[in-house]
Amino acid sequence: MRDAVSLRSARRKPRHTLLSTGVNAWHFAVALLALLLAVPVFVVLGHLFEPSGEVWRHLVDTVLQDYVINSLLLMIGVAIGVLLVGVSTAWLTSMCHFPGRSLFEWALLLPMAIPAYIIAYTYTGLFDFTGPFQTLLREWTGWGYGDYWFPEIRSLEGAALMLSLVLYPYVYLLSRAAFLSQSICVLDVSRTLGNGPWRSFFFVALPLARPAIVAGLSLALMETLADYGTVQYFGVSTFTTGIFRTWYGLNNATAAAQLSALLLLVVFALIMLEKGSRRQARYHHTTQRHQVLTRFQLTRKQGLMAFLICFGALFFGFLLPAGQLLWWAFTTAEESLDGRFLSLISHSLLLAGTASGLALLLALFFSYGKRRHGNWLVLAAVRMAGMGYAIPGTVIAVGVIIPFAAFDNALDAWVRERFGWSSGLLLSGTLAALLFAYLVRFLAVSLQTVDAGLGKIRPTLDEVARSLGSRSGEIVRKVHIPMLKGSLMTALLLVFVDVLKELPATLILRPFNYNTLAVRAYELASDERLADASYAALTIVIVGILPVILLSRSITRSRHAQST
Amino acid sequence: MSIYVKLILVPLLLCLFGPAHASAAGEVNLYSARKENLIKPLLDRFTEETGIAVNLVTGKADTLLQRLQREGRNSPADLLITTDAGRLHRAKTAGVTQAVSSETLNSLVPANFRDPKGHWFGLSLRARPILYVEGKIDPAELSTYEALSDAKWRGRICIRSSNNIYNQSLVASMIAANGKQATTQWAAGLVKNFARPPKGGDRDQIKAAAAGICDIAIANTYYLVGMLTSKDETQRQAAEKMALFWPNQAERGVHVNISGVALTRSAKNREQAIRLLEFLVSKPSQAWYAETNGEYPVRRDVAAGEILNTWGAFKLDSLNLGKLGENNPEAVRLMDRVGWK
Repeated sequence: MRDAVSLRSARRKPRHTLLSTGVNAWHFAVALLALLLAVPVFVVLGHLFEPSGEVWRHLVDTVLQDYVINSLLLMIGVAIGVLLVGVSTAWLTSMCHFPGRSLFEWALLLPMAIPAYIIAYTYTGLFDFTGPFQTLLREWTGWGYGDYWFPEIRSLEGAALMLSLVLYPYVYLLSRAAFLSQSICVLDVSRTLGNGPWRSFFFVALPLARPAIVAGLSLALMETLADYGTVQYFGVSTFTTGIFRTWYGLNNATAAAQLSALLLLVVFALIMLEKGSRRQARYHHTTQRHQVLTRFQLTRKQGLMAFLICFGALFFGFLLPAGQLLWWAFTTAEESLDGRFLSLISHSLLLAGTASGLALLLALFFSYGKRRHGNWLVLAAVRMAGMGYAIPGTVIAVGVIIPFAAFDNALDAWVRERFGWSSGLLLSGTLAALLFAYLVRFLAVSLQTVDAGLGKIRPTLDEVARSLGSRSGEIVRKVHIPMLKGSLMTALLLVFVDVLKELPATLILRPFNYNTLAVRAYELASDERLADASYAALTIVIVGILPVILLSRSITRSRHAQST
Repeated sequence: MSIYVKLILVPLLLCLFGPAHASAAGEVNLYSARKENLIKPLLDRFTEETGIAVNLVTGKADTLLQRLQREGRNSPADLLITTDAGRLHRAKTAGVTQAVSSETLNSLVPANFRDPKGHWFGLSLRARPILYVEGKIDPAELSTYEALSDAKWRGRICIRSSNNIYNQSLVASMIAANGKQATTQWAAGLVKNFARPPKGGDRDQIKAAAAGICDIAIANTYYLVGMLTSKDETQRQAAEKMALFWPNQAERGVHVNISGVALTRSAKNREQAIRLLEFLVSKPSQAWYAETNGEYPVRRDVAAGEILNTWGAFKLDSLNLGKLGENNPEAVRLMDRVGWK
């Protein structure tokens, strides 16, 4: 009886107000931590109020329009690309039987391990006018420059293609997890209502998976907005290239930060718009009767189509660029593997492992905080903390340097005055600062993933557990974590691979004599020594592959576990 | 979970205590925009000779400068190395450098390749001449950068994006020589002569010219050297089709930029840092830039190396390179206005 009462009172309780913040320590901790992580974002936004001279006039008069239009087109292109590839392959591998399915399940994740600018270099190497492909074509046909049409790889369309090829795994991973957790019941209902498989897919499965698909899509788009390497190399002027041109070229760091802040506001608006369009819809199952889907048996022809679709994504997103890298590594690279490589690998692994673990813990903490104590302050703070993903890494890094250095110097000044010695820089230039930057930048990834997973667990489950006397921590440990295992592993892996590839923040924040694989690959590639960069790039791919395989195993297992 | 907890805690604790382990002879801390493989071998040699340890962080010049500025008087950096004069000038204006008065440096580094007050010094020269496809163009047709805006070159020139610092510097040097207005007109003409919208790096321009997309490519010499000595046969073949023309020889000379170094204001290892500075302009070091990366030595008394020598002696622009930094923002605006992507 007491349980029933407490359940009812918990339900009736009005939403927390700011005044009640002080009472709930948990609540307070979530908001505080989220705000701390949002500091770099606030630093960037803070520039909006600084005067930046007449440089805006110049930008508006000349290049701003280009930046905006190109960024928009790029986003639209990438959105179409990742949705087409990501959702279709996710549906096929989770719902259908066809040859190679169990291989594709994990292999389709591989493109994620290739940094976008590296795939851009390899495709240019292959398909550019001076590349082997077109050269052969000319040799066979006797054509010269201008005699024939060939898609220009270094163009806006090309950039959209490159980014789609390496970013579709976000959509694939998240929507696959959603499809897998869908109960056959809803699809059965759909079928009894007279819907064929296609209608069921478009009107039932797809809308139900929407939060997951949108989460994957928004990650892909935020990464697109933050991309610099690819668009820079392809000569496409986007908002990001504009930011760096304004900073480096026009020597106006303030205006550059203002451009980033504007970008951030746009992203923010988009996210709100999506949230608003969902209104009150909820996406968790309302019934306990969860039956695992039996996969559709495809006809031979259909099976071949499914195979080709999946193979196409794998081939163009991974096999082709990785093959080109291998070729370079064996034929033309002057670099070779040596002892220093081991330290690069261990540094990369250490950073990626630590950052992904921390990001996961934080995401759980925040996600759960939102679910349990979601007042406006917590929601807003967590949302701000997750915005770092859309900002170019370099800008975020500066947003980290500014408060860290300010803190260090203020402390140093105080110690000097008080005790007459110097405390120097405590945090700046340490791995702690770098890890903090990773968290700021990639929190969105683990947060989105955990949120999507948690959103599918009915809140009534929490209430039942609570009414049975479980405390918050216990509910997380005993109810949520087992149900969330797939999402948690996904979050871990995504951040791991992202940190492995991360370049700009690593470059600017790392301590002395501390290099990573990404730094190495970038240094050689940016010196236009692509072949020499291939060793480091390949190692990133290989180090990234192992967790991909492990993850896929665990997702498959989580499905088996459900069915028993 | 417990493995993860360890994975997180151990490095976190480790990194809170800085990486301070100096050798007996002391150390120098370096922020370098030169890539690791283009500076580290020299630094290793320095450590071998002097016993002074060198700690290195590489990165982009502007971000290193930002880090230096924010770290203020507590910054660990003693030296800042950049790959263009503009950024050295920026560092000086930002007040993060200090003057060095070294007889050795002043006598070895020509006056236009160092700051008049000794805030920065050039280490190596990066010349940006005109490259043309041999046989397709009579070198007598070529004369100056200015002449490249002539309508006869319509659709025949390859050059990379104006995002690149070397193009920004080139235009900045032309603003210094001819003024804003004339340079704007010139740039507008040049853009009309582009064979294609700018994309890729300097090597890509050379490859494009060799493949017949254009007749003229503008690129730094060391990229051509890198291609000529590449293990990749297609790169070598492309580079061998090209010839080099030194423009503006009858007047101010070819445009050069420098890779250079500045002593930071916060330098705590001043003495060791100056020793490293002097080491970097010593004869063997100067020869090293030419041998490994095809850059010209900043010292006149050091031979440039085999490939560079085949292109002969040339006159270089004597403009003080600090001007490149001053004119850089104007150069970018100008290129924005004429639609140089």
